[in-house]
Amino acid sequence: MSTEIRTRSAEPGPVQADGTAALLRELVAHLRKNRTQLREEWARRITESKLLTAMTREEIFAEATSVYDNYVEVLETGSVEALQAYARNLSERIIPRGVETHEVLGIVLLLRDVLARSLFKKYQADFALLNAVLDAYEPAANRIANTVAVGFVQERERIIRQQQEAIRELSTPVLQVRDRLLILPIIGVIDPQRARQLTEQLLRGIRANRAKVVVVDITGVPSVDATVANHLVQTVDASRLMGANVIVTGLSSEIAQTLVTIGVDLSKINAVGDLQGGIEEAERLLGYTVTMPEPPPKEKKE
Amino acid sequence: MRVPILKQSQYVIASIQSALSDEDLLQLRDDLVHHVGRYRSRGVIVDVTVLDVMDSFAVRTLRAIAHMIRLRGAETVIVGIQPEVAFAMVQLGLTLEDVTTALDLEEGLAYLDRQAVAGGTHVK
Repeated sequence: MSTEIRTRSAEPGPVQADGTAALLRELVAHLRKNRTQLREEWARRITESKLLTAMTREEIFAEATSVYDNYVEVLETGSVEALQAYARNLSERIIPRGVETHEVLGIVLLLRDVLARSLFKKYQADFALLNAVLDAYEPAANRIANTVAVGFVQERERIIRQQQEAIRELSTPVLQVRDRLLILPIIGVIDPQRARQLTEQLLRGIRANRAKVVVVDITGVPSVDATVANHLVQTVDASRLMGANVIVTGLSSEIAQTLVTIGVDLSKINAVGDLQGGIEEAERLLGYTVTMPEPPPKEKKE
Repeated sequence: MRVPILKQSQYVIASIQSALSDEDLLQLRDDLVHHVGRYRSRGVIVDVTVLDVMDSFAVRTLRAIAHMIRLRGAETVIVGIQPEVAFAMVQLGLTLEDVTTALDLEEGLAYLDRQAVAGGTHVK
């Protein structure tokens, strides 16, 4: 078969495409035949290069087998869809285990090398044919590497987006501590989008709980810029329009300095040192008085 | 549509039922200022619960109402501003600074009652 290919690939023109297909077919047959040996070689190289250290040898070998078979299939059919699906699936499984992008790309490139080496060995006697085989092999192999890497990165980005969403959802609780008293503990960096969301949740919370006083605690906020500070002032104003008083607590000394330096108008903000003070102030506004229960009368010893 | 104005003991309540045109707002203003004197009311409540939009003219008129009512010797409370409206108003810089606001009608009445008590002790 190889002699026939050689004569064909030597000719230029439309026969070339046909020749590439035939070469790929031969290539696939070669890879199928030497499956066990090449796969082992690849797994060995992976371990040697200290890639996929998060996985056991057996796992690496099992994944290597699947990747190898998918790889050969792509070379055979030219369709990367199955491989794309597999790459997504693989990424889903290995990303939580801390596998890095360079490792995934590394193993695919290693496979590419291993297979190219075996081709060198097979066709070393005939340089022209080797060239033709590599012409057919390399574009396909590059496409595969590309597909796997893109699939991995996309999966990662999807997970990151999902987690950002989750953090955003989790990070803005509006809690009722007493009748008509809400607290809004803010933890972490506030970006404009989150600030907006906080305000919306707070205003809805005010309506839903018929709150009169809201304590916004920003102890957990590391820094504040002009945009966020203005947003805070807007939140206070909007809450007032809904008939609720806002008390801001936990302004750190850094934040206080920043706010004064950038000249935010804080005259409308009712600030109290810490959350405890804020709640006490809120209770005072609502008319609560907190008293300790009377200590039980001491038993008189006779 | 003309806003119905209800008398409730010492207070008058303007309960807005639908979106208002500029003329309606001015009519409301004139009616309220008139009614406060006629009923010798101590407080006015304007309920804007149904409004899902408040433009600058509406806010300015509400503010004018509050100021005029004060000159007539009574106090105004705007009640029922929706969360979205509140946020939009603040972003437009329409904060109704010197006007009392409350969550809903009940809160507004409670506020006026407290003011009445405070005012009463003051007279004594």
